Amino acid sequence: MKGIYAVYRKEMGHYFVSPVAYIIVAVFLILTAYFFNRLMVLIIQESFQASIEEAQFGGGQAFDVPSLVMRNFFGVLSTLLLFLTPMLTMSVYAEERRRGTMELLMTSPVTDLEIVLGKFFASLTLLVIMLLPTAIGFAYMLRHAEPTAPWRVLGSEYLGVLLLGAALLALGSFFSSVTESQLIAAMLSFGAILLLWVLDFGSQAGSSVWASSLEYLSVFRHYDDFTRGVIDTSNVIFYLSFIFLGVFLTIRSVDSMRWRRA
Amino acid sequence: MIEVKDLTKRFAEQTAVDHVSFVVNKGEILGFLGPNGAGKTTTMRILTGFLPATSGSAQVAGFDVFNDSLEVRKRIGYLPENPPLYLDMTVTAYLEFVARIKNVPAEKRAALVEDALAKTNIVDKRHELIKRLSRGYKQRVGLAQALVHDPEIIILDEPTAGLDPKQIIEVRHLIKGLAGSHTIILSTHILPEVSMTCDRVVIINRGRIAAIDTPANLTTQLKGGQNVRLEVGADQNAVCAAIRELPGVRKVSGEPAGGNGRVVVTVEASPGQDVRSQIASKVVGKGWPLYELRGVSLSLEEIFLELTTEDSASPN
Repeated sequence: MKGIYAVYRKEMGHYFVSPVAYIIVAVFLILTAYFFNRLMVLIIQESFQASIEEAQFGGGQAFDVPSLVMRNFFGVLSTLLLFLTPMLTMSVYAEERRRGTMELLMTSPVTDLEIVLGKFFASLTLLVIMLLPTAIGFAYMLRHAEPTAPWRVLGSEYLGVLLLGAALLALGSFFSSVTESQLIAAMLSFGAILLLWVLDFGSQAGSSVWASSLEYLSVFRHYDDFTRGVIDTSNVIFYLSFIFLGVFLTIRSVDSMRWRRA
Repeated sequence: MIEVKDLTKRFAEQTAVDHVSFVVNKGEILGFLGPNGAGKTTTMRILTGFLPATSGSAQVAGFDVFNDSLEVRKRIGYLPENPPLYLDMTVTAYLEFVARIKNVPAEKRAALVEDALAKTNIVDKRHELIKRLSRGYKQRVGLAQALVHDPEIIILDEPTAGLDPKQIIEVRHLIKGLAGSHTIILSTHILPEVSMTCDRVVIINRGRIAAIDTPANLTTQLKGGQNVRLEVGADQNAVCAAIRELPGVRKVSGEPAGGNGRVVVTVEASPGQDVRSQIASKVVGKGWPLYELRGVSLSLEEIFLELTTEDSASPN
């Protein structure tokens, strides 16, 4: 436990003494602010259009602006995570291996589990720090929207993005632990995430066991329910087991450094 | 304190450590001497729990390095060949992190960090970022890192690498000062370092132990007594034959000394024998002019070369 905290503190320090974290967070916030703004403007325009049509021809359906903005926004967010999480995790182990500091960690009285969890929680904290400012826009929107969307939906969306992000971080950490090169780590995790994203493309055609299991593995498919405000236990379990697998593989990979020629 | 038995480490293509056994007593400084690639680093990595051994056992402070790795790691301070530094940290922040990860309780941390800074003489650099330090200072921060939690056992892989001569002397003094309260293993390929700092020396080559002894004993025992070099104005064969008859002489070899009719003879005496006076009286008794006679003491360096050079690997 103490070991986790020691590693966690060091990682957090590392993120914020180097410009890397600031740049990633800044880029992320600029992009999300832009998308939030555009989505809001587009959807409000559409809702005006809809209400005019409704007045003219009658019927039509009610336009729920806040929900639409949130759903679309969290859709965009998942795409952004696809690009940004490999950058958050690429250096986590690769840099320590290259610098030889892994030898310090591995000869200190901390277990491999403590090293891996400390690092994982640190990257998760950075993800939360990245996501928090985006909530300001939503808080503002929900306060002023009429009719307002339930806060519960927003909560479910944040839970979804957090779980998705954590899963991608776990995956990225694993790829960082298999190489000494940050670039290779980033490429591998980016490729893997992209592959997991497109897994359900092909499966839409068929309905075989093979296709449905591929579809199940697609990390972004399980995310859709959350953006609709539905917290489905099976999706939560999917992400938790994904995170567990990533952390487990990383521990194995760290342990295997002892058996390889260092 | 440290007990290594039949330790072997095989990598895919080579055996890095081959049935190595030795014991380090409490408070002792053991020097690991060998050329690059001899297996020093691998042995140290096994002792610190970084690498598992292929076979054999190693116990540190009564704990097996593989089965009780965490217990061993609590008691060890380790400076790897390349100091494991986080370049973006300040010296103090780095040492605090190391103290934390080595399980030093919060209330003792600050004092121990101060201690390590003072011992390694880097107090004035405490607030600098490690990446801005010179090679010598980085090495000292690495050393401070190995001491910061006041471990019982300190393992230093080439602690003086990259230091200037003045710093080397300081570090040697520091290491000597740590002995007694700490048990120390250090590796080096610099010979004077071993004779100056270590209580005992393990000479290792190609993964095997070539010799274990005190630096003084290695110098007297292994060199096979004293060597004598003399220059005589006489026939080479006659001189060699005459000296060979003397008791205590093990080996005689001669060569002409630059065409002036003299001959340079090297005599190897049996261990513990001083044959200089006998040789002198023999040569003078034969009526040969004696130009020079002096004892040549083999330095550790020569022993080292002798032990680790392929064609004379077995002195017997």
